[in-house]
Amino acid sequence: MSAVLPMQPTGEPAGWEAYGDDKHERVGFFTDTSVCIGCKACEVACKEWNLIPQDGQEWTGHSYDNTGELDANTWRHVAFVEQEKPLYRTLEAPTAEPSAPGGKPSPSATGNGDGGTGLRWLMESDVCKHCTHAGCLDVCPTGSLFRTEFGTVVIQADICNGCGYCVPACPFGVLDKREIPSTQDSGYKPDLPSFLGKQKDGRVWKCTLCYDRLRGGHEPACAKACPTKSIQFGPLEELRQRADARLAKLESEGWNGAQLYGRNPDDGVGGFGAFFLLLDDPEVYGLPPDPVVPTAKLGEMWLNMATAAAALMVGVVGVVALGGRR
Amino acid sequence: MSEVRSYYGRPVIKEPVWTWEIPTYFFTGGVSGASSVLSLSAKLFGNEKLSKRALYIGAAFDAVSPLLLISDLGRPERFHHMLRVFKVTSPMNVGAWVLLVNGGASNTAAVLELLGILKPVKLLAELVATFFGPPLATYTGVLVADTAVPAWHEGRHELPWLFGASATASAGAASTMFMDPGDAGPARRLAIGGVIAEGTLVHAMELRLGEVGEVYHQGAAGKFSLAAKVLAGGGAALLATKGRRSRAAATLGGAMVCAGELCLRWAVFKAGVQSARDPKYTVKPQRERADRNGGSKATTFPGEPAAPAGRGA
Repeated sequence: MSAVLPMQPTGEPAGWEAYGDDKHERVGFFTDTSVCIGCKACEVACKEWNLIPQDGQEWTGHSYDNTGELDANTWRHVAFVEQEKPLYRTLEAPTAEPSAPGGKPSPSATGNGDGGTGLRWLMESDVCKHCTHAGCLDVCPTGSLFRTEFGTVVIQADICNGCGYCVPACPFGVLDKREIPSTQDSGYKPDLPSFLGKQKDGRVWKCTLCYDRLRGGHEPACAKACPTKSIQFGPLEELRQRADARLAKLESEGWNGAQLYGRNPDDGVGGFGAFFLLLDDPEVYGLPPDPVVPTAKLGEMWLNMATAAAALMVGVVGVVALGGRR
Repeated sequence: MSEVRSYYGRPVIKEPVWTWEIPTYFFTGGVSGASSVLSLSAKLFGNEKLSKRALYIGAAFDAVSPLLLISDLGRPERFHHMLRVFKVTSPMNVGAWVLLVNGGASNTAAVLELLGILKPVKLLAELVATFFGPPLATYTGVLVADTAVPAWHEGRHELPWLFGASATASAGAASTMFMDPGDAGPARRLAIGGVIAEGTLVHAMELRLGEVGEVYHQGAAGKFSLAAKVLAGGGAALLATKGRRSRAAATLGGAMVCAGELCLRWAVFKAGVQSARDPKYTVKPQRERADRNGGSKATTFPGEPAAPAGRGA
């Protein structure tokens, strides 16, 4: 049924090829959580560069995470997970691996990599996935959400009318409506006098993969600020190869639960433009384990609706025709 | 499987940010969509009184619907941005066009009827409204199903049918309320039939939903669900027993069915919100699917509780 829709099952983002000569190599992020130190420089750099308003301070009690989630005012979010698990798969110190170049201690130097505590601390800088098949972009009724020449997904703030459809359409819960008063912080000035008494920004916001910086030939602010290269920016194909090599290395070192998330172009969203190396299952970081773009089923949904609509028509006409007046 | 892992129990997806206008619009849009069809078919089969009643009711609800939708927007003054594109991948965009055409046609027909002029134009407007009515009454099922919200997306097979049945019931009930029972036979039967069809569809949907179907029995969704059953069921029973003879019974029964249908839309809306809020409804089916297709990469350690069956070691 996807034949009736401008969608492709896998591979390139739909509509991207329309850029013709202006089409740029597809770029994205590879976020390698195995080297994340939880410094939140990415969160800060993102908020500063993109002029994202502050949205209050809340102490969650969830490890060092006082941001909570990605939303309209948080486009990079560092998750912290404390686990009673050793970092490495075996309880015996591996013997074959020599100390890695670059000074990083091999597993043998620290036993289980946990300093003998049996604990590990997972940190992951989450971000918009810039899906190959993006649910938010598909359902946006205004065309505010669009595919850029870099293959990324961006909201045009001057088009968005705050309908909110993209918010539940995202399988990752990335997008959200900005409910901060429009006159403060966000720098938003209404085009018209306040209508229906609405005093809030009212639009939906998310990561743009620093579209403005990309246009100027710079890497996104978060990747620039990351001190450990946990956030790597570059051409997607190159990042995928780099991630494969990194995963192979971690596996050979016996890291527990190392897995790539969103690297596979055959997954439910056609692969992520911003994908991850995780050290446990995605749901542990608050990520969906097997996300599928809702519009994958839209063709059959339209067909089903057409049948229901026809049935309604036949049913009503039939009841009127066959029943008496009284 | 009892163990569903999550990040501090936080939701994986965002719950819808839509406010009270949207579930209310599901009801008003349904009434006008089905009323358009009722109006022209009544005219076709010589029931001019019912035809007029349904025409005015459809036009009135069609006039209210856009106001509700615009009021829900974060930036209401930009409502017309909905119409700067036509986009089949966006049920909301398609719906905006359908509502525009149906509402424009039904209101044109109603005004011309009131003025008693331009009969051919009026007939054309009624025809257009009739063809755009059923899509208007059912597309909202696709609108909510085309999201990552578990109770909505997994209900995609039934939702357009359920909304269509609900629309038929409420359109019939609305006409029944405002006219002499002597001419309201078809409207009354549509109200009763719609309620019966809807009861079956709700049951079928809950069966298909499996575990996530439990949200229809919890919290606000549970209350709206129960109210919908009591009001629509009671109203339909009243219409069936006394609606043919008593004007008062017809009005009360019609009002009860309408209130029940409004509650049904709210039940579906709240069920979606509740299913988005709890990560288990998102994670569990996806984890099971992922395990079937290769499995977890997480490792189980000595001393750790055993991983559930099907998980990689």
